[in-house]
Amino acid sequence: MRLSACLAAATLAFGAAARARAADTILITGAGATFPAPLYQKWFSDYNKAHPSIQINYQAIGSGGGIKGITERTVDFGASDAPLTEEQMAKAGDIQHIPTVMGAVVVTWNEPDVKSLKLSPETLAGIFLGKITTWNDAAIAKDNPGATLPATPLSVAHRSDGSGTTSIFTDYLSKAAPEWKEKVGKGTSVNWPTGLGAKGNDGVTGMVKATRGSIGYVELLYANQNKLPVAELKNHDGNFVKPTLEGVAAAAAAVEMPADYRVSITDSPGKQAYPIASFTYLLVPKDNPNLEKGTALLQFIHWAVHGGQKDAAPMDYAPLPKAVVTRVDATLKQLKVGGKEVLAHSK
Amino acid sequence: MLRGLGAEIVVPGRRLADRLWGIGLTALGGAVLVVAGLIVLQLTRLSAPVLHQAGLLSFVTSKKWDVVNDTFGAAAYVYGTLVTSTVALLFAMPVAVGLALFLTEMTKPQFRPIIAFPLELLAGIPSVVYGLWGLFVLVPVLRDPIEPFLARTLGFLPFFKGPPIGLGFLAAGVILAIMILPTITAISIEVLRTVPGSLREAALALGATRWEAIRVAVLPYARTGIIGGIILGLGRALGETMAVTMVIGNAPQISASLFAPGYSLPAVIANEFAEASGALHTGALAALGLLLFGVTLLLNAAARLLVRVATGGAKRVAA
Repeated sequence: MRLSACLAAATLAFGAAARARAADTILITGAGATFPAPLYQKWFSDYNKAHPSIQINYQAIGSGGGIKGITERTVDFGASDAPLTEEQMAKAGDIQHIPTVMGAVVVTWNEPDVKSLKLSPETLAGIFLGKITTWNDAAIAKDNPGATLPATPLSVAHRSDGSGTTSIFTDYLSKAAPEWKEKVGKGTSVNWPTGLGAKGNDGVTGMVKATRGSIGYVELLYANQNKLPVAELKNHDGNFVKPTLEGVAAAAAAVEMPADYRVSITDSPGKQAYPIASFTYLLVPKDNPNLEKGTALLQFIHWAVHGGQKDAAPMDYAPLPKAVVTRVDATLKQLKVGGKEVLAHSK
Repeated sequence: MLRGLGAEIVVPGRRLADRLWGIGLTALGGAVLVVAGLIVLQLTRLSAPVLHQAGLLSFVTSKKWDVVNDTFGAAAYVYGTLVTSTVALLFAMPVAVGLALFLTEMTKPQFRPIIAFPLELLAGIPSVVYGLWGLFVLVPVLRDPIEPFLARTLGFLPFFKGPPIGLGFLAAGVILAIMILPTITAISIEVLRTVPGSLREAALALGATRWEAIRVAVLPYARTGIIGGIILGLGRALGETMAVTMVIGNAPQISASLFAPGYSLPAVIANEFAEASGALHTGALAALGLLLFGVTLLLNAAARLLVRVATGGAKRVAA
């Protein structure tokens, strides 16, 4: 009897404490893409400093994990580099894509005798298909007139783990090189015809650095941090362009943004457009049943696409174009929390 | 007579508390089976779409793994797992057993900790550290001079052909050998210490040399235990993920050459699972897990059979 009374009191006390804590902080959890994770972590920490009652916990477990999480609603939001496929959309229920920033994938190499490198999509595909095996191949020579190329064997480095980076890179090759589309295709992991796999951007970076004659693809951030050389790629308009944030912005400006934001901006038209670029997305439910969390999340996203954008460029992500931000504002007003459009009357 | 006595002791013991204790222990023991069963059940359930599409046999024998076109075959991964584990055992077994014999038979007991302590330390190093060491120290050394040397001297064998990349089956095998060395050595030492001194003395008294005493008296007595240690080491080698994926090259191909890059079952599961979408890809990875489970089970069973045959043989000789 006394025991049960004690238990009851303890339960009451515990419940009260839990309620009190819940009133103090709103804990939002998210999971997904690793590519924007450094920027997201900075955002969540900055936002928490400005709004101490809102704490956002993000797990960078990969886009696939993020999609799984939001489909099963085990997280409050997901994050993915590639937009969801029709099949995934059907499973995920009412999900809204919100673009946050854009990024670029670059081609890097380690051959001290090659100081700069220009590549057309056909040549790049040829290298990653295993058809071009030495640095002085005629196809590379054709893209780089006047350059003296060594006879070193080429070795290809690619990602071994499934990744958004691979998805963007293979999406570009599938669009720009018909042979790639036919033989390999696009996806987070593909059946590589040649080369060695390494885990993560840092793994590929390490492998390229350690192997003379190697060539690989990594995110712009990694190439810049490690001072790796980056190739100029021939874009849709036939110009060779270096990977820059302006080039990414030009690529985004050239495509028409559909209503659900699910768009690929690889191989975009435009003189300055850099061809291997992509939006990265947050995935949020169109109607969030949890009033507190849902409202806080939408307010955070509003901050991210406005105040948060200034953090993007210093970390090698391209900020969203103005037109897209305006569109996102309109979308945020339509998103519901507990059946109500909570941001409808905000500015 | 003795049996009757035993029964008398057991009967008064059958009180409620003892019975409950017995039931509790049985339940705990059974829990192991339940957990293993649930794992198999869940893996089978997940992998059903792939096994249904391709059939178990073609899944195991096909080596084409193409996520984009939903074609899945596990042969290259099974091959990589078996080859790296075999290489690891070939390197680790003689060293480990030799080390154990040296420590128990040849040195004074007070010197044992000098080697035993670093050995235990070796067992405690996280596998990712082994992987990093492999990538930055072992692989460059293999690339030049070890692999070119092997190609020059033993290049007529199919195992030592092809360009020396450094990353590949050989690198993974060597890393695994180092990782399983402490396991096999530690168990072998414990087993060798249980060999009764009288056996050695008897052999020596019959005029055997030290090596003959080890070969005739010590090793046959300890054989079962040493094989048990090797099985445990093999289990670790089969399931090792992180260190292997960092040095094996992650290219799903089957090549007789140890210089060639390959892939292993646990490595591909770890690499692709986070980004796997769609029932087929997830299913194929679950099927690989099931396969790994199966390979481990088969090898364990084979090793146990070996032990039984070996010890049975010993008894026949003794008789």
